[in-house]
Parts: sequence; structure tokens; C-alpha cells
Amino acid sequence: MIEEKLVIGGVKLESRLFTGTGKFPSKEVIRETLEASNSQVVTMALRRVDFDNPEENVINYIPDNFTLLPNTSGARTAEEVVRIARIAKAAGCGNWIKIEAISDNKYLMPDNQETIKATEILAKEGFVVLPYISPDLMVAKRLEEVGAAAVMPLGAPIGSNRGLKTKELIKILIDEIELPIIVDAGIGKPSHAAEAMEMGADAVLVNTAIATANDPVKMAQAFDYAVQAGRIAYLAGPGAVKDYASASSPLTGFLKGE
Amino acid sequence: MSFYKEYKQVKDIDFNSFFDQVTKYDVEKVLAKDRLKREDFLVLLSPLANHYLEEMAQKAHQLTVQNFGKVICLYAPLYLANYCVNQCAYCGFNVKNGFKRDKLTLNQVAQEAKAIVNKGIKDLVVLTGESRKHSPVSYIKDSIKILTEYFSSIAIEVYPMETEEYRELVEAGVDGLTIYQETYDEAIYDQVHITGPKKNYRFRLDAPERGCQAGMRRVNIGPLLGLDDWRKEAFFAGLHADYLQNKYLDTEVSLSLPRLRPHIGSFQPNSIVDDPALVQIILAYRLFLPRLGISLSTRESDQLRDNLLPLGITKMSAESSTFVGGYAENRGVNQFDISDDRTVAEVKELLLARGYQPVFKDWQQI
Amino acid sequence: MRIKVNGQEESLEQEIKLIEFLESKGLELDRLVIEYNKRVVSGEEWDDIILKDQDSLEVLRFVGGG
Repeated sequence: MIEEKLVIGGVKLESRLFTGTGKFPSKEVIRETLEASNSQVVTMALRRVDFDNPEENVINYIPDNFTLLPNTSGARTAEEVVRIARIAKAAGCGNWIKIEAISDNKYLMPDNQETIKATEILAKEGFVVLPYISPDLMVAKRLEEVGAAAVMPLGAPIGSNRGLKTKELIKILIDEIELPIIVDAGIGKPSHAAEAMEMGADAVLVNTAIATANDPVKMAQAFDYAVQAGRIAYLAGPGAVKDYASASSPLTGFLKGE
Repeated sequence: MSFYKEYKQVKDIDFNSFFDQVTKYDVEKVLAKDRLKREDFLVLLSPLANHYLEEMAQKAHQLTVQNFGKVICLYAPLYLANYCVNQCAYCGFNVKNGFKRDKLTLNQVAQEAKAIVNKGIKDLVVLTGESRKHSPVSYIKDSIKILTEYFSSIAIEVYPMETEEYRELVEAGVDGLTIYQETYDEAIYDQVHITGPKKNYRFRLDAPERGCQAGMRRVNIGPLLGLDDWRKEAFFAGLHADYLQNKYLDTEVSLSLPRLRPHIGSFQPNSIVDDPALVQIILAYRLFLPRLGISLSTRESDQLRDNLLPLGITKMSAESSTFVGGYAENRGVNQFDISDDRTVAEVKELLLARGYQPVFKDWQQI
Repeated sequence: MRIKVNGQEESLEQEIKLIEFLESKGLELDRLVIEYNKRVVSGEEWDDIILKDQDSLEVLRFVGGG
């Protein structure tokens, strides 16, 4: 469906750039960066308070117009995901939840199976569920069935900034899944984000690339432009690019009686 | 949910208007795409695309080799009985055609099976006319039980059945269902099916889906080209195959291309489907559905079949008889005349010469 | 009496209101998330809940994350 506004969980979004709040050099920078990004959805994690070093609530640094997307990072199983989700909701942050079920500490690859289980439970409880997965068509179909509000396939492992290594698989999801496809993880440069949007992704989530840039505010701007450019290009419909070889020996000559 | 729901959305498309608006640019854009949407498929079926057959063929050939290798599966049809209660304007077996009807005894089924297997064929499609009296499900099932001893793969091409009946036959050893819609146009369908249970359009339309639900591993569909405007029929058939493939991910879906052929009686096709048209259909099918099986029978001449080989065909029949039986002994009246009467051995040689591997056995049910 | 807070055992001299416990830690109460004996409790309840022996508390906060 090619529509200008992205609608998720009843919320109309004009910006297709979702942002994260991790790895920033300071909390003050978070606010400036989020404002520069023109983003409208931001994700954050839930952690135990360290009594010796109590951090300030990151939500204090998020501009008011943002939709909060708490994530369940730290959860390894569906049970843990569900627990964190309920806690986040009870904390008064709305009913959006990004499911991260990761028990792999080496690459941070998500556990698709636990994600499906958790999605089913949380969707029934009325959450707007955005599951983060390794791109897999059958898993995405299952998620559609059990009530996910979108699907978030990874482009490359978290924090790797390597770009769309899973491009072919993401393309399949874009073609076959009705839900919004939000490419998350691995987007290292604005050109990656533009590439994802040109392919037909509905949105991208960028955290590391912005937070760890030398100038996060400028980088956020760049991503804003890149996402917009990619989206407009997709809507404009790229011209024909021949990617098949020209004739070897003719196959239809026989029709002309050759 | 039925394919009919999707069909209703497209059946009244103004095809002429669509085709008028297709430009060279549109065709070239479609040819450059990896995954085609249904609008793209329709562009490939347009009159303008007829000028791009060579480019379509090159791409279709590439896709076919990528997905299927240089392999052609060979099979043969076995008509068990030609009793039929339907009066279909286009068919040699229709109830009004007076000829002595025939039916194989189970002994004769075994004889025919031996004769076919002797030629090397291991993949069989079993046919009957529509007669619940003479060729009821039980008769078909009993025949199947004998045939499973000879063949590793058996499909049925018979009258449409209920899901339970398909399930019964699947349990008896059937792994494939072939059923042609003949035409997707309801008015023409009603017109050419003059009397008989085959008049029930919806029951037939939903039969392939019932087959999928019953556990058929392969489902083969297609229109009888010539009954209606072939561009429309191919379009609807492609959508039907796409629908089945999307919904039943574990079923192998394929399309066949029966073109109206001479038979006793004199039915004139509404739409002339010449060779370039047949080629365009095959190529459009292949480009729209890269994993689709495309089957070609001996209705078509040997020369044409050889030329069609590299364009997307994955399955061919060989040394067919459309008489009841006809392998062990000649008998009676055939459903249609075949045009390629080469033996299995000759077809095998031809394939090898063209760089294709003939495959007689694809799998073994255990 | 002993209670578990964020996975660690702590001793308290006597039963105390949850809200007082949190204040005693010097925490900003705004958007703090408390799970008391596996149940998330909203801010309104903090004044009513009295911590007893063997209670378990998770004190959580939203932090930066991707």
C-alpha cells in the first residue's frame, strides 16, 4: 500500500525515521538530536536502578511529541519479554512495545521463536507490538497471524553499522507481508537508510549510527533527509534498469519461421 | 475464502482500455523487475508485449534454469473410462457424442500400467469422464491401488470432488490433482457446459483448493485456451495459481496450456490462440511466477514442443494415448487427437540432444 | 527483616512504607517503575504498601537503549 502517512497502532506518523536513545555521550545531546531528527517514535530500555549511581530517567530528555516505544532488551525468553512489556505499560509509557528477545551475547541475534510467542501474548493484551526479528518469511507470516502491528527485520547485527546485509530477505518481506516493515539494526549510514526506503521499507530505526557519530545532531539531520529521499524515490518509481544479459542465441526465432 | 473472491475483483477490468494504455516504457520496466505484481503480469500479456517476446524469452529461460535446472519431467496419461454425463460443447467425450463408451477393468488397468511402465514412464496422470455411476470414487481408488505398484507418482484428472473424497484418494496413493477451469468467464462457462453437473462453475473453481486442503502435493490448473479471449484467461489462471501458491505454501502449483484441438463434433474456438500467443502466455506465466511448474501435453506438435522447451516448460507428456487405455491395446474413440506421436525413447533422445535431462521419477512416497 | 531489592538482599530494621523506602534511597520518583512481589504497582499504591520480611522489589527506570 503506497500511502504517504505511516499508520501504526492508530497513530499517524509523518516521519519514517524511528530513533533510539542508547550509546549517546550525554543525555542532553539526546534531546537536541531527537529534535534535529524530526523523528516521532523513539525507543528506550528498562533497567534496574543502580542505587549507588542512580541515572536520570531518559524520558525526561524526550520531546513531548514523540511516541514512546519501550523495548524489552535484556529479555531472553518470551516470559521475560512479557514481564518487561507489562512493567513498561504500567509505568505509563503507552502501550507500544518493541520486542527484543535476545539470548545471544556474541552477535545479539534475536530469537525469532520466543519473539513469536511473546507477540501472541502481548497482542492479546492490547499492546501495539513491534517485534524485532531476523528476517524470515515464515516467522513474519506467523507474526502477522498473531497480531503484530509491524515487523522489524534486522539489516545487519546490532551496532555493526554494516548496512543491509539481509537485503534479499527484507525484499521478500516487503513483497509478501502486509504489515509495515521497519528495518532495524545495522543501518550505519544515511545511504543505507535511503536504500532501505527505496526498496519499499515503511520505516527504519537508527540508533548507533546517530548516537556514536562525531556530531549526532548533524547525523540525525542527514538521516532525516535520507529517509525522506528514499521514500520519495520509491514513490516516484525508478526507471528501467536492465540487469539481464542481452540475447545469446534467439529463443523465439522459430515463430517467424526461422 | 475462495479464489472467487479475488476473481470478482478483477473480472470486470476494462482489459482493452488497460492494453491501450500500455507503453514500451511499461513493458521495459516490467522486464527489469525481479518480482512482478499482477499489473505487471497483465502488461506482459498485452498486445504490445508481443513485440518483446525475445527479451521475455531470454529472461524466462534464465529463470527456469535457475529454478528448475535443465530438467524436464516426463509423464503419460491413462484414461480409465470415458463414460460422461456432461454435455460440453468442446469435448470429444461429451454425452451427446454417440460412440461406444469404455471402461477398463482392474485387470486391464494392470495391463495398461505394465505397458506404460515398459516405456520408462513412472509418473502417471489418471483420467476419467464425469460419471459417478461408471467411474465412481471407489473405482478410481481401486485403480489407484493397482497403479501405485507401478508408478512412483500419480495424479488424477477427473471430475471435481469433495475434500473428503480427495483425502481418500490421497491416502490411496494419489499425490497430484489436475483440474482445468476450462474458462473463468461465467457466461461462457455456462454456455459451453450445456448440461450436466459440470455446469456448476463454483464447485469446479474451488476444486483445486479442496485438493490442496486434502493434502495433494501437486495441483495443476489451467484454462482451455480458445474458449475466451486468451489474454484474459491467462491472466485469471495466473492469479489463480498465485492464490493457491500463496495460501498453500507447501503445495507445488503448476499451469497447463491445453489449446482447443480437433475432435469429433465441431466446436469453433472463440479466440484464436496461435503459436505466438501460446509463447507469450508461457513467458508471462514464467516471469510472473518463477517457481510455477508449466506442463505441455502432446496436444501440440513435436516441432512446436521442441521449440517451447527452453521457454519455461518443466513437464511434458510422451507417447500419449487419449483413448481409454490404448497402451496395451488400441480401442474406441479418443478425447482429442494428439499431434506429437513420438515414442518415449525418441522424446528422451531429443531432450538429451538439447542439453536437458529427462526425469521419469521425481520422488518416492514412503 | 530481610527483603530483596533488584536481586540483592537488604536488611531493614522495621517495616516501612514503600514510598519512604524509595525516598530514603534518594531516588527521583518520577517515572520510576516498581515491581513489588512480581506485581507492577502504580505510584498511587506506594503510599499504601508496607514492606515486610521476604518481600521482593524491582526498582526500574527507563534508560537509553536502541
